[in-house]
Amino acid sequence: MNHIAPKMTATGVNVFYGRKQAIRDVSIDVPREDVTAFIGPSGCGKSTFLRTLNRMNDTIPGARVEGDVRMDGEDIYARSMDVVQLRARVGMVFQKPNPFPKSIFENVAYGPRIHGLARSKADLTQIVERSLTRAGLWNEVKDRLSESGTALSGGQQQRLCIARAIAVDPEVILMDEPCSALDPIATAKIEELIHELRGRYAIVIVTHNMQQAARVSQRTAFFHLGQLVEYGDTSDIFTNPRQDRTKDYITGRYG
Amino acid sequence: MNKPVAPPAPAERRPTDWQTPAMQRRIRRRYAAERRFRLLGLAAVFLSAAFLLYLLATMIGQGASGFTETRIALPLDLRGRVVVNPARLNGAGADLALAGAGLENAVDAAANAAYPRQGGATLLSDGAWLRVRDAIKRDPALLRTPTTIDVPVASAIDMAYKDDGDAASEAAVAALRPHLSRELNRGFFAGSDATDPTRAGIWGALKGSLLTMIVTLGLAFPIGVLSALYLEEYAPRNRWTDLIEVSINNLAAVPSIIFGLLGLAVFLGTFHMPRSAAVVGGLTLALMTMPVIVIAGRNAITAVPPSIRDAARALGASPIQVVFHHVLPLALPGILTGTIIGMARALGETAPLLMIGMRAFIAAPPGKLTDPATVLPVQIFLWSDEVQKGFVEKTSAAIIVLLVVLLAMNGVAIYLRNRFETRW
Repeated sequence: MNHIAPKMTATGVNVFYGRKQAIRDVSIDVPREDVTAFIGPSGCGKSTFLRTLNRMNDTIPGARVEGDVRMDGEDIYARSMDVVQLRARVGMVFQKPNPFPKSIFENVAYGPRIHGLARSKADLTQIVERSLTRAGLWNEVKDRLSESGTALSGGQQQRLCIARAIAVDPEVILMDEPCSALDPIATAKIEELIHELRGRYAIVIVTHNMQQAARVSQRTAFFHLGQLVEYGDTSDIFTNPRQDRTKDYITGRYG
Repeated sequence: MNKPVAPPAPAERRPTDWQTPAMQRRIRRRYAAERRFRLLGLAAVFLSAAFLLYLLATMIGQGASGFTETRIALPLDLRGRVVVNPARLNGAGADLALAGAGLENAVDAAANAAYPRQGGATLLSDGAWLRVRDAIKRDPALLRTPTTIDVPVASAIDMAYKDDGDAASEAAVAALRPHLSRELNRGFFAGSDATDPTRAGIWGALKGSLLTMIVTLGLAFPIGVLSALYLEEYAPRNRWTDLIEVSINNLAAVPSIIFGLLGLAVFLGTFHMPRSAAVVGGLTLALMTMPVIVIAGRNAITAVPPSIRDAARALGASPIQVVFHHVLPLALPGILTGTIIGMARALGETAPLLMIGMRAFIAAPPGKLTDPATVLPVQIFLWSDEVQKGFVEKTSAAIIVLLVVLLAMNGVAIYLRNRFETRW
């Protein structure tokens, strides 16, 4: 195990949608400088659990979260926690690219602007350029920053969403199946980008694709029916799974 | 895992025979049904278009002449008859000075002298001498030199000249024809209601309508949009919000005259606001328009994709930032379209305004919100009730004005929708 303190720790988390329980007693540590992958069949609760880490479940009517989730030791479900601030510190990229119907520049500049991160116009321009560069999109869009973000291709839109997320300089980035709506070439670019971003941010990625989990992550958690079945180093999970359910899933028996 | 099992042998495949008589009949029936349905739809479109065309043709046919007036050339020699100190002809006292000097009688006398056998002064409109007065104000020299001025004729002569008069007037027109002319009736766009159809104008009612609409818009738009935003973005989904939703939907379907009764009871009865005033009319119509705006607003707000809200929230936008930076701008075209359609409905509303006294005879355009006023549809209703023949064309002309205003509003709605609609 890592001897460095984990970035986020979840202990005994249960999530309910109305009367239905979606997550059962999940405890997990999210390491500080690695990429963590959540894998598992559809409906196993991996996305739900991801959304507990930045409290996006709060926006779903009837959703209820029990248990203890901490970031750097701070209880994010505490009454004193500022949810708006939390979400600026824990960025998120969604399954379907969702750029704002605004210009490419405005898409990236929106976060820094609402949080007052840029002191001047030049500062803002610099943040936008840096974020787009880190997201590997700068060379493709630098001449058309004023065009609508929705006019980009699907893969470019998703990288724009990643640029938008890193523009507010978060500590953690949550990615909810970021490649499921993309073609293989765009997927390869996003995976490459995750490699680049590793170390700078704690990254948690939910994926359906086991090869992708094996390629991009250092830690893997396998969810099934709302429970965390197995969690460990990615190489161990894929070569030497301890649980039968994990073994069946990664060998393609079900999923 | 279970062993693979051989799939059952497929049933013998028999190709469908499309050529049997039964099959052919079926196909023919299907095409016939298709043709029938298309013809039915086409007939429905034609029928409604025909009704609309008939309405427009009738209105324009009857109303176009309402925008014109007949004038008669009146030889006028005011020397010695009307004596006014030239200094008093400048400024505010001019009207009073000329009226005091007996201008009206002098004009009547001139008509009697010029056309004694055709009826003399009875040929002239009540407002004829006012035309002379305005001419003198522009050019005081008219008091000292003989001249000829075109002045509007009485309603009966006007009708006869437009080929719709009684026998006596027709005879008079036949004799006077070389002296008569037809001009655009500027007074119709500048005047208010009058007992003489040749003096009646639409401006008073139009201004009343505008003032009323300003009050309605100023009240119904912010309240409607805020309600819609709160209900969609903030309110929890429970029995209370369901109840509110049902109430709002019902309110939109309440007959308008009931809002008039409510306005009468609350604004006039309880708050003792002025009768016939544009402000009360606006308040009453705002009650009626608000539910329409709330419903249109909620539909427009629900149409904003949730992924946009998620994106903004995940960046750390506060609820109010999500609403004002993303949801409202994207929903605005829909909200505006709904608002303008609601306003157009309010503009055409008569019944509730009758209840609060806006059916009075108002001879001057309202200067402020609390002045007695009337509105276009009520003016149309009042004129259609008049016995004098001259009001028939005025009614149609007023209807044309109302239709043009409505058309302009709907045009603005379409423009706004196309201009600001975001596609993604």
